[in-house]
Amino acid sequence: MAKSYLEITQDGLWKNNPALVQLLGLCPLLAVTGTVVNAIGLGLATMLVLTGSNIAVSLIRNFVPESVRLPAFVMIIASFVTCAELLMQAYTYELYEILGIFIPLIVTNCSILGRADAFASKNPILPSALDGFMMGLGFTLVLMLLGGIRELIGQGTLFTGMDLLFGEAAKSWQLTVFEDYPNFLFAVLPPGAFVGMGFIIALKNIIDNRMKRSAETKKEAVTTGSKRVRVTGTIS
Amino acid sequence: MALLQITSPHLRGKNRTASVMQWVLLATLPGFVALTWFFGWGVLINVVWASLLALVSEAAIVKLRKRPVMFYLGDYSAVVTAVLLGLALPPFAPWWVTMVGILFAIVISKQLYGGLGSNPFNPAMVGYALLLVSFPVEMTTHWATPSSLTELPDFLSTLQYIFGGGNLNIDGVTMATPLDTYKHQIDVLTREEVSQLPIFGQHVALGWEWVNLGFLAGGLLLIWRKIITWHIPLSMLAALAVCSLVLGWDPDRYTPVSIHLLSGATMLGAFFIATDPVTAATSRLGKLYYGAGIGILIYIIRTWGSYPDAVAFSVLLMNFAAPFLDYYTKPRTYGHRKAHRGIKKSD
Repeated sequence: MAKSYLEITQDGLWKNNPALVQLLGLCPLLAVTGTVVNAIGLGLATMLVLTGSNIAVSLIRNFVPESVRLPAFVMIIASFVTCAELLMQAYTYELYEILGIFIPLIVTNCSILGRADAFASKNPILPSALDGFMMGLGFTLVLMLLGGIRELIGQGTLFTGMDLLFGEAAKSWQLTVFEDYPNFLFAVLPPGAFVGMGFIIALKNIIDNRMKRSAETKKEAVTTGSKRVRVTGTIS
Repeated sequence: MALLQITSPHLRGKNRTASVMQWVLLATLPGFVALTWFFGWGVLINVVWASLLALVSEAAIVKLRKRPVMFYLGDYSAVVTAVLLGLALPPFAPWWVTMVGILFAIVISKQLYGGLGSNPFNPAMVGYALLLVSFPVEMTTHWATPSSLTELPDFLSTLQYIFGGGNLNIDGVTMATPLDTYKHQIDVLTREEVSQLPIFGQHVALGWEWVNLGFLAGGLLLIWRKIITWHIPLSMLAALAVCSLVLGWDPDRYTPVSIHLLSGATMLGAFFIATDPVTAATSRLGKLYYGAGIGILIYIIRTWGSYPDAVAFSVLLMNFAAPFLDYYTKPRTYGHRKAHRGIKKSD
């Protein structure tokens, strides 16, 4: 039952990635990934909430009766979301304005309640904290990838407006990949997110299939190599 | 005697996909010629460029899907998609607009769904809708002025402009379409004043009337060749006419029925786009509903929407409904008293 830390990490980042495999939390994923900075902002907030709620749920897991566990989890998640919202309001106000309703909506992100119920309520604190962090990181990475693709295709730039999150110094991070680019509104609008998400999931499946196939061929190579050599009788 | 073990159909028609598609291409010619005559060489350049792109992208994606390339290129379906999209694009659309539209139409909306016969949405219209949403400036302001009102640029300078060069003053040779003009001018002018505007010409809409009559002639050819049936075009045009007569009876406030029927992409949509055998409804009754739905949606979007024309969105919306329509309009099969439609109460 108990998973090793390595397995938890692998699950969060790849095998059971909340965005690519569980397909949870798609609403914010599709709605705010117009640029890399929005994606990072929402990803960090989600990661914070996920880690915090996993720790808290794991702490109270032996004291909350089975029948009321879901309301209790939702209360915990809502408190952490409020923390994240207030923090963003204090330190990154402009980004908070851009992300708008999607920060309070982290409460309804099903991957958070999913991890609380499926993992944190059955495991001790350390694995739960790591699980929350890794799931959040996996979610953030997908958000960033999708945000990068959409920003590149939609506006022809990358990392624009990073100063909203990382201070004035980050203003020069903006890369203008295509000069004089006519904005491709489709990628900026939500339909582009659906298409981009489909391609990312397809890419993951291709990589998985390749890995599976190469693992199989490796296994076969071992069996052919371990044939017993005939050592008795005469060799003609 | 060995029993024949081949499943039906045992009788085969001579029509192949390729010959059907060739007839469709042939039938676009009258409208195509009229478009080129009135709106300049850009139409021809768009269609040729779109066809080239369609063939290349279809070959590439079919190869990627490990299917026989020449077999799929030989059915002309990619060319038909390209010609329909090319005819719908504004004559001065830059080369990359056509390229994005064709790539999206062929690669994403056709081949990613499984190729010809498996695509739920009309590829040409998916491409068009994508372009209209993504590049509103290029798609709505680059429509050419009819050739009798202005000196349209010659072939070479049009070619140069489309492929990003030359010093053509684009504002001098483009203007809004009659549909757009009527809708906006009727707010400030009376019916007589609007119809005096040069863009409406002698009859209905300068140039557009002949383009639409050309597509109508091509469509009648297709009906005569039994490549399409009359159901979808008739119900679509009838629904559009009824809507504009009943809801838009007052030409001082709404676009009149003549402009609805004989300008914009009405006839191209009715005979060539809505009748796509893959994405339309298939039963007779279903086709009538399908066409009527498109006609009503065209009227609604043209009148109360913010886009200049509505054929692409209407066709795509009704493509969504086509399976549903087919499900509830199944014809009676031979030997049964009545048709089995919908969900039975006993289930």
